[in-house]
Amino acid sequence: MEGNEHLRRARENYETREHDVLVIGAGGAGLRAAISAADRGLSVGVVTKSLLGKAHTVMAEGGIAAAIGNVDPDDSWQQHFIDTLNSGKFLNNWRKAEIYTKEAPAGVYELEQWGALFNRTEVGKIHQRPFGGHTYRRLAHIGDRTGLEMIRTLQEKTLATDAKVYMETTVTRLFKDAQGRIAGALAYTRENGKFIHFKAKAVVMATGGWGRIYKVTSNSWEGTGDGCILAYDAGAELVDMEMVQFHPTGMVWPPGARGILVTEGVRGEGGVLRNASGERFMEKYDPDRMELSTRDVVARANYTEVQEGRGTPHGGVYLDITHLGYNEIMKRLPTMHEQFLKLADVDIAREPMEVFPTVHYNMGGIKVEPETCATHVPGLFAAGEVAGGLHGANRLGGNSLGDLLVFGRRAGDGAADYIEQSTHSAQTGEEEILTEIGRVLEPLEKPASDKDESPYLLQEELQEAMMEHANLMRDGDSLKEGLGKILAIKDRLPNIKVGGTRLFNPGWHAAQDVRYLTQISEIIIRCALERKERRGAQWRLDYDGPDEELGKINFVVKRNEQGEVGIEKREIPPMPEHLAALFKEEKAKV
Amino acid sequence: MTEENHNVTSKAHAPVGEEDLGGTGRTAKLKIFRGDAEGGEEVEYETPLVEGMVVLDAVLRIQAHQANDLAVRWNCKAAHCGSCSAEINGVPRLMCKTRIEEYGDEEIHVGPMRAFPVIKDLVSDVSWNYEVSKGITPFTTSEKAPFTMYEEDVERLYEPKKCIECFMCQDVCHVLRTHHKHAEFAGPRFFVRNQWLEMHPMDEADRLHDLKEDNGIGYCNITKCCTEVCPVGIHITDNSIIPLKERVAAEYYDPAKWLMRKIRGRRNGSRNGSRNGG
Repeated sequence: MEGNEHLRRARENYETREHDVLVIGAGGAGLRAAISAADRGLSVGVVTKSLLGKAHTVMAEGGIAAAIGNVDPDDSWQQHFIDTLNSGKFLNNWRKAEIYTKEAPAGVYELEQWGALFNRTEVGKIHQRPFGGHTYRRLAHIGDRTGLEMIRTLQEKTLATDAKVYMETTVTRLFKDAQGRIAGALAYTRENGKFIHFKAKAVVMATGGWGRIYKVTSNSWEGTGDGCILAYDAGAELVDMEMVQFHPTGMVWPPGARGILVTEGVRGEGGVLRNASGERFMEKYDPDRMELSTRDVVARANYTEVQEGRGTPHGGVYLDITHLGYNEIMKRLPTMHEQFLKLADVDIAREPMEVFPTVHYNMGGIKVEPETCATHVPGLFAAGEVAGGLHGANRLGGNSLGDLLVFGRRAGDGAADYIEQSTHSAQTGEEEILTEIGRVLEPLEKPASDKDESPYLLQEELQEAMMEHANLMRDGDSLKEGLGKILAIKDRLPNIKVGGTRLFNPGWHAAQDVRYLTQISEIIIRCALERKERRGAQWRLDYDGPDEELGKINFVVKRNEQGEVGIEKREIPPMPEHLAALFKEEKAKV
Repeated sequence: MTEENHNVTSKAHAPVGEEDLGGTGRTAKLKIFRGDAEGGEEVEYETPLVEGMVVLDAVLRIQAHQANDLAVRWNCKAAHCGSCSAEINGVPRLMCKTRIEEYGDEEIHVGPMRAFPVIKDLVSDVSWNYEVSKGITPFTTSEKAPFTMYEEDVERLYEPKKCIECFMCQDVCHVLRTHHKHAEFAGPRFFVRNQWLEMHPMDEADRLHDLKEDNGIGYCNITKCCTEVCPVGIHITDNSIIPLKERVAAEYYDPAKWLMRKIRGRRNGSRNGSRNGG
């Protein structure tokens, strides 16, 4: 009965577009993948929920970590590799980290080749700044707006190819053929709610993260994890989902600005953290690296200071960069100066900022094969934040922008290779398409009832639950309570009802997002319950420290036959000798 | 409309609102355009005023609690992305950067950018800008990166590179807004882009012909409206448009150059053939 009802409502025209490669997401990874595939002469479609150039990449401030060695000539990919694995507590996919640290310099040069501008050294090379957890000064940057430079460069490069960009278009489902291969996707345009059936044999998932599962976040409305769940629903594996990065420094005041990112560049440029009594507290947490410790450590330090009653009036800690003086601040951190002046009436050249951890990044994501970014679903590739593995238990600042370039390119090439070797055509039955259209229209078209729920309020409730139960300090009982709340929200999803029409209706769009947020939250909590230890971003208060056995495994998630979250402990394969030797040499040096 | 007056059915789940922190006990009143291409009208909304509240905070709060289908674009909420451009009391502003308290007792009217077709509420169709962007000759060089470029070679480029594509300069430009020259005129945003391309030490393309013919730079009569609304402080008229106008004038209106062109044909014989390449 219900299926027929769906079909009846869905009998309508939809447009069909065919591409060889469909890229979902137009941040750094998606655009870089699109450029690769288009360069190979393939037909490429790029779908983005926002306008072109507005993806979350634009918010990246600090820079791109690449061992170019312009400022510190001793730097090497080997040292970058060591730093990346140390920070990731060895949960990283070591092959991904090896590829990344070797290829990041080429990624930076490629951007420069396409017109991106970086700050210069005195001898006319790309300047590099220090950042937390990096042994050497390693981040290529332009002031504190490196992400803007990167997205604009890739955007303009993409516009110069034959790739077709579908702006403000939302994908709701991936289609597979009878053999289990990717066959396309369904999407609708946000402007007028018209449906598009994309026929494509290869999909590159590059939808970014899911920071919107928390209330205090540096993420935009877009960060709802669509791609992660679309891939999961299609049978892909996810890895390290318990690992959520809380950036140590988000704004705390005024309330509307809570969670907005304060770049790590501030600490890179010598910014000092102090508590309300003026104590430079990082001495207690990491006396060697101080403010330039890794993000997991600094975030916990900031959190602990406030929890233990040494916080500022608005519940943060002080971050002080006044020693640089106005002129240097305007050169190196102009965006931060403007942001605090305009939003908080604080002149950071004269007074300290108030900061507190904010949800920033997801280390976990779709499990991919390092060389090609292929998932276990034939024809499905993933790159950027939505893919997991590179960062392990904690990402180093600057390793994300580089990730987009290195693995965006590889995903585009991987998809192109797959297309060139394939002989089948993309087929999806009309009934499957119509059923999906019916499902998407349900919250808009079903009759009102007294059970109706608002997608916005459900999302707020979920964000509150995640803040309370799956924050940067976790314990088993609280996680279980949080899981109960998330599952209760999941049961209420069918009650979502929205008013208005299909014309640019954010309420209807939000109704799609909540499903992703709920599923991801459930997965994160379930994995966090399994990892009974303290490691990187996963910090269980009910366990004392790291567990040696758990340090050898990743938790891999796959939808099981009952449609439920299946979690498998998977052993991390041993590092090959040429990589393992790097750590022996490192130890020998100490 | 107030929050007791939901226009979409929703059970109250007592969300913890921002007013728990920094609540002022007062309310913000906004008159927001509700309508589409066919027309519409302003609707007044009232929402709790929180300390430091910006117009975007108020609009999103109204959207979540009173008008679920209120159309608005936003992304970063930190003035980095240029998505939330709107006309506030007739002036284009980023909603995320405009504090409610700035207006004191004045009424606050929020509407979409009007130089582009309105789609719905606060959202207008800015896709034309991306078409213009596609037509500009991209960065072109025969040099191989990494480049050697000194700070003094590139420091002039930092300013135009700050552009966040909010399109407010386009919205306020009377060549577009009043005279609708969208087919012949690229608008301030794209003179800013042309400026850095033309000034990049490694770029080898020549865009002066396009600037004159396709981008219609001659239409600009330097009223500086664009500069006034730029949220990142680019001196669009002085630093982008005037230098480009001077170069176009030197190339096309200098009698000696005119004669040379007559004799030799265009410089380099053609226009680099790189319009869609790069």
